[in-house]
Amino acid sequence: MTDPTISVQLEVNQRVHTLRLEPRVTLLDALREHLGLTGTKKGCDQGQCGACTVHVDGAGVLACLTLAAQVDGRPVTTIEGLGGNGNDLHPVQAAFLKHDALQCGYCTPGQIMSAVACIHEGHAGSDAEIREYMSGNLCRCGAYPNIVAAVRQASEEMR
Amino acid sequence: MRNFAYLRAGSLEEAQRAAAHPAAMLLAGGTTLIDLAKCGVAAPDTVVDISHLAALDNIAFDERGVSIGSLARMSWVADDPGIRRYFPAISEALWQAASAQLRNMATIGGNLMQRTRCPYFRDPAAFPACNKRSTGSGCAAIGGVTRNHAVLGTSPSCIATYPGDLAVALVAFDAEVDLGRRLVAIDDFFLLPGTTPQREHAMEPGEVITAIHVPASPAARRSTYLKVRDRQSYEFAAASAAVGLELAPDGRTIADIRVALGGIATKPWRARSVEQALKGKVLTAEAVERAARAAVEGAVDHGANHYKIDLAPRVVTRAILNLGGLA
Repeated sequence: MTDPTISVQLEVNQRVHTLRLEPRVTLLDALREHLGLTGTKKGCDQGQCGACTVHVDGAGVLACLTLAAQVDGRPVTTIEGLGGNGNDLHPVQAAFLKHDALQCGYCTPGQIMSAVACIHEGHAGSDAEIREYMSGNLCRCGAYPNIVAAVRQASEEMR
Repeated sequence: MRNFAYLRAGSLEEAQRAAAHPAAMLLAGGTTLIDLAKCGVAAPDTVVDISHLAALDNIAFDERGVSIGSLARMSWVADDPGIRRYFPAISEALWQAASAQLRNMATIGGNLMQRTRCPYFRDPAAFPACNKRSTGSGCAAIGGVTRNHAVLGTSPSCIATYPGDLAVALVAFDAEVDLGRRLVAIDDFFLLPGTTPQREHAMEPGEVITAIHVPASPAARRSTYLKVRDRQSYEFAAASAAVGLELAPDGRTIADIRVALGGIATKPWRARSVEQALKGKVLTAEAVERAARAAVEGAVDHGANHYKIDLAPRVVTRAILNLGGLA
């Protein structure tokens, strides 16, 4: 029987990993199950909730609808790679804490990855624009007003 | 999701050769293919990854218009200063579609290949009958919950709505789809379901979309995309309109007008009868309201989607009046 796996090189948070994976393995499962990076959450696993948001080439994407093989050669950043050295928080992480922008916290890593992308892409100019560019991240606890406030404050700090 | 072989295409020619195999499927952004593979609707033997092909992601302007490379991401095109200036309806259709993440992933070529959101199509385990998925198996939507189904372009085989926004703007402005070896007018690229709802596009095996060409026009430059939906963001259209308007030098006579509709038909729907009724007329709210009724000529509802027949002309009316400064 032929080997159903292929070799995939993933650059995650500036570290390169070589994995043997079935081609159908998503980036989300590769991160969580093969690399132990469980900060990226599996919500719907169907591209609808945003809990699995990571950055590929700096842009916010859904890890559940991305094949791991597809991003071989493209840098990936997860919530674990956001803060820099040690326990430093990214300004968006600090703003989420300050504004209490979460309740259960399950959607929070995805919210934060989307918020960083939203600010970097220049789409945090107004509350309406923040809502549009964050709409792919669902929060079933309904922390939306505080999330918008956190993104607004972080975007002002990151200018 | 069934396992498959993964092939990363190194050239367009390699992608075309690989795509000629019936059990192969092209992968660009993945937002449709991976989703449908998880639903059990798509089951390719080989996935041909074209997302690394160079030189297919440019956005290039010349005096005739714009050529958008098929691998340009929705978000890049939405934010492109030239697109925003010369084709605002295209930019608006793109940024009002899907979510920020999906727009960063999905490509322009892949956007044209997206499949319907008909819930019966997307759930083979619960609904074996779907002529689009399985020829001759029937249509579970007819007689089912039809609130989001089409009222125009339907057939006894299929009433699935075309879900996209971008193509509605492209149809309004006479875009062409570049398949490398030939060009296809966008209105001919999308097929009506008829008795063959499994066939949605005029593409042949082995063809790959390389670019979309959109001619520049005064109407495209003064254009907008109005999308009405159940929630304000991250939702498909209940009804939408791409509209372009060119006024004569007198500032009140309609020299050229383009109208296309989304969310109500089985393909992106150009409303030429509305355009013909308004061309050469003075722009007034009354004239626009009267003409917009022609947008739903021949519409047939399936119960819960009747509201679309009332809604669509209002969306067209508001979009035209917004553009003309009368709203």
